[in-house]
Amino acid sequence: MVRINIDGKELQVPAQSTILEAAKNNDIFIPTLCHHPKLTPFGGCRLCLVEVKGFLKPVTACTTTVGEGMEVVTSSPEIEELRRLVLELILSDHPNDCMVCEKTGSCALQELAYMYGVREAEYAGERRNYETRDGNPFIERDLEKCILCGRCVKACDEIQGVEAIDFGYRGFRAKICTSYEEDLDCEFCGQCVAVCPTGALTGKLWKLKGRPGTTKEIDTVCPYCGIGCNITAHVKKNEIVRITSAEDTWNEGWLCVKGRFGYQFVSSPDRLVRPLIRTAPKSGMPSLGRKGIKWGEVFREASWEEALDLIASRIREIKETHGADALAGLSSARCTNEENYVFQKFMRAAVGTNNVDHCARL
Amino acid sequence: MKDNTVVRVCMGPAGIAAGGKAVLEAFRETLADRNIDAEVKEHCSSHQVGCLGLCARDVLVEIGRNGSKTSYQYVKPDMVGRIVAEHIVGGTPVKEWLVDETFDTFYRKQVKIVLADCGRVDPEDIDSYIAAGGYEPTREVLMTWIPDDVIEEIRMSGIRGRGGAGFPTGLKWELARRSKGDVKYVICNADEGDPGAFMDRAVIEGNPHSVIEGMLIGAFAIGANKGYVYIRAEYPLAVERLKLAIKQAYERRFLGRAIFNTQFSFDIEIRLGAGAFVCGEETALIASIEGERGMPRSKPPFPVNRGLWQRPTVINNVETLANVPYIIRKGWAWYASYGTEKSKGTKVFALTGKIRNQGLIEVPMGITLGEIIHEIGGGIEGNRALKAVQTGGPSGGCIPAGMLDLNVDYESLAKAGSIVGSGGMIVLDEDNCMVNMAKYFIQFTQAESCGKCVPCRVGTKRLLEILTRITEGQGKEGDIERLERLSRGVKTASLCGLGQTAPNPVLSNLRYFREEFETHIRDKKCPAKVCKKLLRYSILEEYCKGCGACMKACPADAISGDKKKPHRINPDRCIRCGACFEACKFKSVARD
Repeated sequence: MVRINIDGKELQVPAQSTILEAAKNNDIFIPTLCHHPKLTPFGGCRLCLVEVKGFLKPVTACTTTVGEGMEVVTSSPEIEELRRLVLELILSDHPNDCMVCEKTGSCALQELAYMYGVREAEYAGERRNYETRDGNPFIERDLEKCILCGRCVKACDEIQGVEAIDFGYRGFRAKICTSYEEDLDCEFCGQCVAVCPTGALTGKLWKLKGRPGTTKEIDTVCPYCGIGCNITAHVKKNEIVRITSAEDTWNEGWLCVKGRFGYQFVSSPDRLVRPLIRTAPKSGMPSLGRKGIKWGEVFREASWEEALDLIASRIREIKETHGADALAGLSSARCTNEENYVFQKFMRAAVGTNNVDHCARL
Repeated sequence: MKDNTVVRVCMGPAGIAAGGKAVLEAFRETLADRNIDAEVKEHCSSHQVGCLGLCARDVLVEIGRNGSKTSYQYVKPDMVGRIVAEHIVGGTPVKEWLVDETFDTFYRKQVKIVLADCGRVDPEDIDSYIAAGGYEPTREVLMTWIPDDVIEEIRMSGIRGRGGAGFPTGLKWELARRSKGDVKYVICNADEGDPGAFMDRAVIEGNPHSVIEGMLIGAFAIGANKGYVYIRAEYPLAVERLKLAIKQAYERRFLGRAIFNTQFSFDIEIRLGAGAFVCGEETALIASIEGERGMPRSKPPFPVNRGLWQRPTVINNVETLANVPYIIRKGWAWYASYGTEKSKGTKVFALTGKIRNQGLIEVPMGITLGEIIHEIGGGIEGNRALKAVQTGGPSGGCIPAGMLDLNVDYESLAKAGSIVGSGGMIVLDEDNCMVNMAKYFIQFTQAESCGKCVPCRVGTKRLLEILTRITEGQGKEGDIERLERLSRGVKTASLCGLGQTAPNPVLSNLRYFREEFETHIRDKKCPAKVCKKLLRYSILEEYCKGCGACMKACPADAISGDKKKPHRINPDRCIRCGACFEACKFKSVARD
């Protein structure tokens, strides 16, 4: 622990923390755009500039580590002027698009512009002009709204380890792009979308379906696998229109492509809602999915009682005729750990075989 | 030296461009053909050497004989035969080809330390360097000194970083030595990128071993066993000569394991820069060596604590390192005897622009700007009036003609709103427009901004836009204030040295030439007549002979008129190219 002074407050903070972390943990506000607590510091937006006694120039709070006896001033007329100028410059190259922007209401840039009352750019000039042309079904990249904070690049690299995107070009033409500016072709985990502070990266699936604040937010657990990421379902008219995950969850807000974008099954008309019992003979019958075969020709709907009774009787029958090892159980990654535990217990103790496996292992 | 007669042909960048290679070949052939050694009964050889300095008069050839030197200027291959016959054989120099008396004034005020052997040794021959005392300092240091002695020697010499920032080299080495870590690195920054600067290039092309020696001594001092030279790929000859020098140094076991049979080992690798100016910034350079995109990182942590691959790293400029062996050889007191109280030693400048003696000069710190311009530089070309001297390239500023008494050292230049920088020195006369000059440099920094931080990426763009509109007659009231506010902001808020210094040309030009900006904005006039869109061409009817030359020259069909009668320029069609102005023999085209 070291003793530092921020804005006149004497504080004890961990020795390795940055000025920004120290301030945040003590409820002292420092504006940021490029900073993300789970990513390595970038120092590009220059909004977190603070004055440190003994330093000739303001330093970025996000990259500067605290030192014993350090005296920090987070707000002064000079500092606020620099922050204002930086905001003016960002907005001078940003579409005035908040009316239809997916990010409105949850946009860090919009919030800061509001806070500093930056309405129109004193330094209006050329704006970047990009075509959106990505062929993928998940991630919308509107690079005109990009403020080059680099969060997406870092999330892709440091969290996902994919390195699908990076900075390209120099000067005003600098942009975040894939190698050779090809269409985005990655895992589509959407970590980049989650960390983007503006409307530059959004989900194609939730376009015009309802911005945060206009939806009902329900915290739940991702049903896809046993990891059980915490997610928030944004619901409008009893339909999920977006999935997000909060940073303060155990999965730190990170999700995979299925968890983030694969929520349509919930209200799919093809979703099975009742057990089915096969009616067609097992051999000589074309499998489902072939053209012209409807499920109704192969299965019939049944109640849970009937279905479970059938399963129990068939297992007993096979076990008695062929022995327990003639049976095998395959469990699903979509079940919880507890469910999988119970399943293997069932296979071993009740059925009497070690033939049990799990689809995530395949 | 074993040679009795030595012919040195300048093969610096300008020397080669002027045909140095052909001249050297001609000397070699002529000397061999005539079997000169026997004829003059002494050993005679010809060498290529690095930049001799006065690039404007290349190819320069220096003939050394019995301790005296004679120099020829503007040498062409067909002049070689006569020089050999009359001078080397006959003993009488060819008078009309010798350098004139102004040649001496070019050298008189110079003090050559880092360039002392540049122009004397053959950069492609390690023996030539060893014969001139090379690698002796390294031998002495490795065998008889301890690292702290080296640091003390460098610290006492007072040498400061020659790359531009002027950080005390001894202190940097000391910090790196004290920094904890089992692996440390020495990096030579040879990514010289300022427009109009070619000091580092000349040093590497002219005397590459001095840089290797500097790295060796520095590595010994801080405890590093690995060094990198980060050199821009746009310097192919420098790269080639450096590669050769490193190879030769390995062959003589000046590099590698157990150097001079001591415990000390040191390896050097070359890394080529791919054309990004920002990679001359030390943290961007580190990122580039690591294989990342060349983008700067925030300091602190400083490279001496966490540099290349997070290890303590010393990054020194070429010129700084090349000074080191000479400081060791002659002692700190000798070095510190040159310069001012806070800026010691000498500095190499690339003198260019509207000056007679363009070339590479090395002067003691503290020399006045006037001495450089009028004595070494020989004054302004074409007897025009000096307007300003631009120092420090895109990170620097202009010193107006009225301040020629200014001492050229770190503190004085900074106080005057400019910087020593890497050493570019561009001389401007009354035909240079200061708004346009600022625009040129901002254009450069904007294109070279890495894009990481907002003030530099967007701020320099907006500066450029405002400057552009001023030069195009679209300047608005308040633009000067806008420039000032933006410049101050970009300077303070930018992440790295590139952005922090980018507004310097704007601020310094505004400081000394504010009225020129005002004239552009309010009167829509360019006093230097540089900004095309502000020029108006018209024909003075009383002088016009109606010859039609202007009409023929005009690419826009803007001039009309009958033969032998005064012509007219249609201002709506005129594209202000100035072709009529150049074409008219009677000075009847007015430009204002």
